[in-house]
Parts: sequence; structure tokens; C-alpha cells
Amino acid sequence: MSESEAADLEQFREQTRAWLEANCPPEMRKPVTSDTDVFWGGRNTKFASEPQRIWFERMRDKGWTVPDWPREYGGGGLSAAEHKVLRAEMAKMGARPPLSSFGIWMLGPALLKYGNEAQKKEHLPKIAAGLIRWCQGYSEPNAGSDLASLQTRAESDGDDFVITGSKIWTSYANYADWIFCLVRTDPTAKKHDGISFILFDMASKGVTTKPILLISGYSPFCETFFDGVRVPKSHVVGTVNRGWDVAKYLLQHERAMISGMGERGVGRPLGQIAADSVGTDAQGKLDDSMLRGRIASFDVDEAALAACAERAVDLAKAGQAHPAFSSAMKYYGTELNKRRHEILMSAGGVNALEWESERSRQGARPRAWLRTKANSIEGGTTEVMLGIVAKRILDLPGA
Amino acid sequence: MALVLTEEQSMLRDSARGLISDKAPVSHLRSLRDAKDPTGFSKELWHSLAEMGFAGLLVPEEFGGSGLGFMEAGVVMEEIGRTLMPSPFLATSVVAASALNRGGNAAQKSEHLPKISNGSLLATLAIDEGAKHRPLQTSLQAVRAGNGFKLSGAKALVIDGHVADLFIVAARTAGAAGEREGLTLFLVNPKAKGVAIERTIMVDAHNAARIELANVEVNADSVLGEVDQGAALLDGVLDIGRGAVAAEMVGLSEEVFNRTVEYLKNRKQFGKLIGEFQALQHRAAELYVDIEITRAATMKALQALDADVAKAASSVAVAKARAGTTATRAVQEGVQMHGGMGMTDQFDIGFFMKRARVCEELFGDASYHTEQLARARGY
Repeated sequence: MSESEAADLEQFREQTRAWLEANCPPEMRKPVTSDTDVFWGGRNTKFASEPQRIWFERMRDKGWTVPDWPREYGGGGLSAAEHKVLRAEMAKMGARPPLSSFGIWMLGPALLKYGNEAQKKEHLPKIAAGLIRWCQGYSEPNAGSDLASLQTRAESDGDDFVITGSKIWTSYANYADWIFCLVRTDPTAKKHDGISFILFDMASKGVTTKPILLISGYSPFCETFFDGVRVPKSHVVGTVNRGWDVAKYLLQHERAMISGMGERGVGRPLGQIAADSVGTDAQGKLDDSMLRGRIASFDVDEAALAACAERAVDLAKAGQAHPAFSSAMKYYGTELNKRRHEILMSAGGVNALEWESERSRQGARPRAWLRTKANSIEGGTTEVMLGIVAKRILDLPGA
Repeated sequence: MALVLTEEQSMLRDSARGLISDKAPVSHLRSLRDAKDPTGFSKELWHSLAEMGFAGLLVPEEFGGSGLGFMEAGVVMEEIGRTLMPSPFLATSVVAASALNRGGNAAQKSEHLPKISNGSLLATLAIDEGAKHRPLQTSLQAVRAGNGFKLSGAKALVIDGHVADLFIVAARTAGAAGEREGLTLFLVNPKAKGVAIERTIMVDAHNAARIELANVEVNADSVLGEVDQGAALLDGVLDIGRGAVAAEMVGLSEEVFNRTVEYLKNRKQFGKLIGEFQALQHRAAELYVDIEITRAATMKALQALDADVAKAASSVAVAKARAGTTATRAVQEGVQMHGGMGMTDQFDIGFFMKRARVCEELFGDASYHTEQLARARGY
């Protein structure tokens, strides 16, 4: 970086800090503790609070719901370096993301790379403005880890495809407005070669959703059924039958998102949460030396992973990143997040077992603990991630 | 600062790698070991490294050094870790040079630093006394005597101790073992009356010694830094050493890992390459991720040291703790996946296992640094 670039960046940092300071309501600088603290956007969305609305609208108007997307598509047009500065400044004041969505994390990057101009113009600004909420139609009852064996059919009929089949683990399908979906357009081709990536409205005739009750007692996922859903062929992203390329690219973004999940809830440090619950000895050390050791080892690994995540971004910027590295991060990040919640349960002891009381905020801790068990399954299991690392990065033989 | 090497750092890495892999592959260590070499490293090679600017890498230019930072020192340490080259770089050029540069007065700096830079002076820190690294437990006594001090006590794991021209000895001038107050660093001539040096042949075939001081007289000019207030200086110098050893362990881990993955791609059993077995693939993949994460944590620590040594403690603790567990895992998996061959002296892999064990103890093991992080975070 030249001196003038560094000076510009420093100026950007000053301006950004001042703007955030002036515009981020104090309520939006508190850690996210429940699902209603997250604003997802969409046709039927409601703001949980006035500060949430204000914060969202101010950020949207600057294009900072999607800071690094081009301005013409509703983004902020920031460079990678500026984006890093913005994230750092937001993290410093604990500012919440103004808008969360699968459109931002997953579909957007895929459309920017594979979408045609009409598709970008149609969909990206609505994602940026939180107008349309997207869901992901990937897994099927018989296509989980072996995603490419998916069977949902899309049959050609004039200018349309007619889609029949079912998806499972469709996150928030019951709240979503549109779906990005993998469908089989050529049943005769090899399994990776007959898949297309297609977009359609969840309000289309023939779409139904059914929430799945999970061990956490929540239903963040659905079964989604398509019964002869008619979709214009122009809604295919990329080339027909080449949808696997788009799918894989999007999965890299999904995995990066999931690996970062643990970092989201940065509230009080684990050691202090545990000290409040378990108590401390005369020297102020946690009064459970084995738990203290587990927490300290966790803290070491968490700090190291944060450095690795930072480095992954820097490597990508420098053009030195391995495309499969998101699988490595996904594996480690999700296993670490499970460890965090096992520790939280141990630290909470008896108090972390309550499921329905006001005192326990309706069992927030055990439900969150159970939710994390999906982290190492969704978006590709730990075992699939390790297989990808072994084959694509280490170039080990077989399969 | 980005956590990737700059162009200059990449060039430094390439030149270090070129020289070290050419002049000091693992066979170099093996032959020094087998010959029971009295010096324990190649003086000739050290002089070439000095000529290239490595000996004075951290020394400011006004004292004949290159004036580079800890990130650069880490780049060199990582290359040293790949071939296990024995050299005075760690003890002299990283630890002792930092102690002198950070704690020395003008006279001490101008006397010693130029000689470190040109490769003519070997120096080392004498810190450990008990079985484990516990700097605050220092009990080697320094009592005032006339214009100076008299030092009595023993030190272990003094790197290059039997060949060093200068000891930097951590001693207690006040207070009791365990206290921060009352620590003082002294420059001690190894040839002084009352110094006994025993070279200890170590498991990793690298240099170390036990030294005993019996009423060794030093004058007041031998104090490095301030009397009784040496703890802060020592913390910084040790953290610099820890960051450097973590970088060595990253290089060591990656080299073992690369050799092991190569083996998985060539060794056949049950009519298959053993790298086809998922049980081994997943373990290799996990180890790869561990090493990548540890590399990032180590770069982060070196960067933190470059920014401000006094504020780098937590980053360094994370890096050294991670480097310890990662290297331990890497060498164990390395030997296990090499099967019976891994147990033979003829195969190099055992050299890595032995060096990793020493690096783990050097300047505090993973348990020590994990404990430090817990304390720093107040639980």
C-alpha cells in the first residue's frame, strides 16, 4: 500500500467512525441475544423496535447493508480494504448487522459472479434494501452429504420449467419470499452435470412448506414441496445443466458464513460467565479447575481461529487463497462453536437445564446449545469438509 | 496490517530457504550429532549467515544490524524449523540481541550489538532453574558486594551455553521466589571466576548447558536494565523468544506434515495407497487445519510484537500454546503414519519429534501459556 493510499484509508476510518458514532442507536450496540434482535427483511417483515428500523434505514441508505457490492446494485461500493475497516469499526462499537439474510451471504455473491445483467438488476437491489427474503433449496430427503444426487425435477415446457419434488432443511422457508434452488434438468447426464440453479417466487402455485420441529424446540428449517411449479427459463442462473458450478461457489460462501457463526454472539467472555455461575476461589480463579482449563484451551483456539479467519480474508485479497479453504474454516469453526456451548452448559450447571421459565428466558441456553449441534451438519458435514480438504487441498488419492 | 507476507518478507524467506535447505538440510544436524561435534553447529555456516545479515537481523542499523522486525525473525525461524538447522540465531540474534537492545545502556549496546551483527559474539539468556519454565520463580541470588554484585546459583537449558561469549543471567536481587519485584538481569562473562559450565547433550542434538555460579563477581556496569526491576524487560525478551520458537514450530510442523502426506501418497498396503484410507485422510485434514490456524496465530503474535512488545503478551501466549499442541500432534501423527519406518533413526522424522519436544519446553509449554491467558483474562 502506498503512503497516499494508507492516508486515504486512515481518513476513511476517521469518517466511518464518526458516522457510526452519530448514527448507530445505543440499543443497536448491544450483543444479539435472541432471534428477534436480528432483522431479516422481506415482504412481511416487521421491525422488532424503532432503533432497529432507524439503524437499518440509515445503513441501507449508505449502501452498507452490503458494503462491498457495487453501487449500481444497491451496495456501498467499498474496496476490500475499506470493507475491512468498516467491519473493524462496527465490531469495535459492538454494532449489530443492520440486515441479515441468505440473499446477502449466499445468493448475492453467486449472482454477482454468475448472474446475467437483468438478474443482477432485478434481485440484488431488493436484497440490499431488505425487500425480499430468500431461502435455499439444496438438500433433499435422499440428498444430504451426497448433495449432487438430488432428484427434484425441472421439466422443459416451452419457455418454462415445471418443477416437481421436495427439499428438506430449507432454512426459514416459511418466512421466505423467493427461493434459490437446485433442480435436475437432465436426468440422463452424470449426477453433477444435469443440475441447474434456478430462482422462483415462494408464492408460486404448487409450493408448500412445513416446519420441522427440532431438538431445540425451534423450527428454523422446513420441508418444502413443489408440485408442478411453473418457472420461466429466464430464471436459471448461469448455464442450464451447469448449476453445480454455481452451487459450489455459493457453498463456499455458506461455509464461510457458518464458520463465522460462533463469532457473532460476542458478549461476555466465557471465563467471566463461568465465574459468575460457578464462583471463584480466594485468588479469583474459577472454582472448578478442570472447567477453567477447558475454557482456557477454548480461548486459545478461538483467538487462533480469529487470526486464521483474518488471514483467510487477507489471502483472498492477495489472490493467494485456496478455493477450498472455506471448508477447512467451516469444519473448525463449527466444532469450536459446539465446544463453546458445551462449556456454557457446564458453566450453567443446573440453571442451564431449565427449558420454559421466564428466569431462563425460555430455556435460551439449552436451546442454543442444541442448535449448535446442527452447525457441523448443515452446509456440509464435518466429515464432508475433511474429505474436501484431503482431496482438494492435500491432493490425497481416491474417491 | 495484513496477515500475509509482504514482498520483502517473501524475498527474505526465499533467500533463507535457499541457503538453509542447501547448506543445512536435516542431514547436517545428523552429522553434527553423529560426530559429537564440539561446537554443536557449523561456525562457517554461521559466518555466511552473518554476512547475509541474519546474525544482526534484529539489531538496529547504527550497530551494524539489518534493523528488521520480529515478523522477519519469524520468517527465518520458520525456515530453521524446516530443516532443524542448529545455529546461534535463536539464542544470540533473537533473544540476547533483543535483551541488549531493549535493556542495554549506550555503552552496553555499542560494545555487544556490533559483534552480534558480524557474527563474532555468541550470547544467551540463562533463565530456567527448575524442571519447568517459571521465570518468576528465579532464585539465583545476586547480593551486593562492594561496587558490584556476587552471583550464586544454577541455571539449566542455557542454549549454546558451552560456546557462548556472554551470558545474560536472570537473578534475584530482592524479594522471594515467585515475586515480580526484585528480578535483575546481569551480563556475565562465562570465563569469570566461579562459573562452571556443563554441556548437556540433549534429546534433539541441539546445544544446551547447565551452568553454576559460585560467588561470581560482577561490577555495577554489568546490570542490564534496572536493579530489582528486571521483570518487565524479561517479559518482553521472553515473549520475543516465544514468538520466534512458535515460528520455528510452525516450520517444523509443516515440514513433518508435508513429508507425511508425501508418504501417504506413496506407501501401499492392502493393494492401495494408504492415503486412500478415509481414517488417514481425515486425520491428515485435521492436522492441516491445525497447522494453518497456528500459522495465523503465530503471524498475529509476531505482528503484535512488532507493534508493541509490551502489549503482545496475550497474542504470544496464544501462539506459543497453539504451536506446542500443533507441533506435538504433527510429530506424533508423522511417526504413526510412517509406521515402523517412523521409528527408525535412519528416517528423519524422529529428529522432528525430538526437536518439537524441546521447543515445547522452551520458554514455557502449552499448559504454561494457556494458564497465562486465563490469568490475563481474569478467571
